[in-house]
Amino acid sequence: MTTETVLRAVGVTKRFGDLPVLRGIDLTVTAGEVVCLMGPSGSGKSTFLRCVNQLERPDGGYLEVRSELLGWKRRGDTLRELSHREIARQRRGIGMVFQRFNLFPHLTVLQNVTEAPVRTRALPRAEAERTARELLERVGLAEKGNAYPGQLSGGQQQRVAIARSLATRPFLMLFDEPTSALDPELVGEVLAVMRTLAEQGMTMIVVTHEAGFARDVADRIVFMDGGVIVEEGPPARLLSAPSHPRTKDFLARVTAAHGGPPVPSTETARTPDTVDTADTADTAEKGQR
Amino acid sequence: MYGNDAAAALGLRPVRRRHWGRWASAVIIVLLLAAVVRAFATGAIEWDVVGEYLTADMILEGLANTAVITAAAMLLGVLVGILIAVLRLSANPVANAVAAGYVWFFRGVPVLLQLLIWYNLALVFPSIGVPGLWEGSTVEVMTPFMATLLGLGLHQSAYTAEIVRGGILAVDRGQTEAALSLALPSGAVFGRIVLPQAMRVIIPPLGNEFISTLKTSSLAAVVTYGELLQSAQLVYYRNNRVIELLIVVAVWYLAVVSVLAIGQYAVERRYGRGFTPTRDASGPGVRGRARGGVRARKTMGSEA
Ligand SMILES: Nc1ncnc2c1ncn2[C@@H]1O[C@H](COP(=O)(O)OP(=O)(O)OP(=O)(O)O)[C@@H](O)[C@H]1O
Ligand SMILES: [Mg+2]
Repeated sequence: MTTETVLRAVGVTKRFGDLPVLRGIDLTVTAGEVVCLMGPSGSGKSTFLRCVNQLERPDGGYLEVRSELLGWKRRGDTLRELSHREIARQRRGIGMVFQRFNLFPHLTVLQNVTEAPVRTRALPRAEAERTARELLERVGLAEKGNAYPGQLSGGQQQRVAIARSLATRPFLMLFDEPTSALDPELVGEVLAVMRTLAEQGMTMIVVTHEAGFARDVADRIVFMDGGVIVEEGPPARLLSAPSHPRTKDFLARVTAAHGGPPVPSTETARTPDTVDTADTADTAEKGQR
Repeated sequence: MYGNDAAAALGLRPVRRRHWGRWASAVIIVLLLAAVVRAFATGAIEWDVVGEYLTADMILEGLANTAVITAAAMLLGVLVGILIAVLRLSANPVANAVAAGYVWFFRGVPVLLQLLIWYNLALVFPSIGVPGLWEGSTVEVMTPFMATLLGLGLHQSAYTAEIVRGGILAVDRGQTEAALSLALPSGAVFGRIVLPQAMRVIIPPLGNEFISTLKTSSLAAVVTYGELLQSAQLVYYRNNRVIELLIVVAVWYLAVVSVLAIGQYAVERRYGRGFTPTRDASGPGVRGRARGGVRARKTMGSEA
């Protein structure tokens, strides 16, 4: 595995009106690394991810993706703001998966996945469709290409959303609470897809409350509170022996909410080991309709 | 159905409830309708004249003109309306204010007045054109057709702009963000993702506007555009069959409105794609679906 720096955030700040939401975030993510971002509601996790994808613009500090400054271009001793087109080009390598899926409801599953490759790279439609089918197979939804998002379960929709992001061949994937809108029994199938993706070496930043997933998959857990990074480290240490009182407090609440015993939980038992298991269980159930 | 099932299960004869009120009101309504029909049938209307003029050349020509001006005005109205809506929603304060002013003016001035102003534009500007490119005499340019097109179309565009704006605002912000995060060019974000979804909200009120423009086109008689009503009037000035010809016009308007309603239904279905089966499983309401699945399985189990 290389140690190329994929993302570097330096002193990123952001406020909404009078409310400081990010108060100096420094974070470096290297290629192939899976970073789980945890922390209480309102701590600024989503805002940070949205800054990485330029859906928000930081007020202070800066972000670099693969050593390229986001949103600005150095020219001599000036810093020039990028055009929409240039921002779109920077976003091309970054995939984002949203809490509420945000699939395009008026397009079929296949069209959802082919839309970006067809529009952005002028990839011939036939080729884009072939790639899309491969991706749908990877997330266990090969037969759902002609369905509309509204006809799928939440778990299936989120897996389509992951396939849709992967269609632009990103080198960095951002996940903002990808399983929070799902019924508990559908969480496993989505986490299984993400786990496979991590095993294949994708660089990922995942905002999640799933302590089990974080412990098994993350290389590093970053704990945020009040717009700053309070503590970070490998999951084994951070989850079982957090040093900061606020981390302890938060973890106690998260594990309580999930109904499991404290940290070393049975959470993993609920998630299928591979995508294929999720798929067969899924099609067996939906095939009845 | 349910009652029959229950009765069958118990081996009894079902007796349905009687709806006396419904019967009484139905009888009264039918009697009133019959009275109206009789009045028209026996009144001083020569129905064979109505039948005769329904397909008279003069009338059909007027009908064609009405159809053409309605379609053209609607096309102009929708295109300008979308443009104004986009300006209205833009971050540019000047564009914003201009769009708001446009809507204020063209929605506020009565159509009849707008038609007359366009038709008489030559009184203000004897010649119009683009400096250096093209120039023409206003009287020649501002034909009855042009005056009607601009009058109806721009009035319509002000309403369309508001309808389109509402439709665009109704599309979830997450759709734009997802499209942006996929690096779609801004044109595609609007044209492929936002507008098609807004259309679902836009089409029903726009259908009403279409019908309204069709009927408003009858005002074009004041600028001597030869639409349906104007043609009918020319006929009855000569033969004095006033009410018969007005009935002919009414029949044609109703026919065209019916065709439009069918068209609207087809377009609504087109833009409803992906939405119609969604109702029970919208958004994170995946829960309902999951429970439905469980219920379905239970039923199957009990049948086995
Ligand atoms: N567009 C906005 N305008 C104003 N305030 C905002 C906006 N977006 C976020 N905020 C505020 O910023 C704060 C941080 O929000 P953010 O969504 O980043 O938190 P979070 O850590 O993702 O929380 P959660 O776990 O609830 O998703 C919150 O107080 C939120 O209300
Ligand atoms: Mg959030």
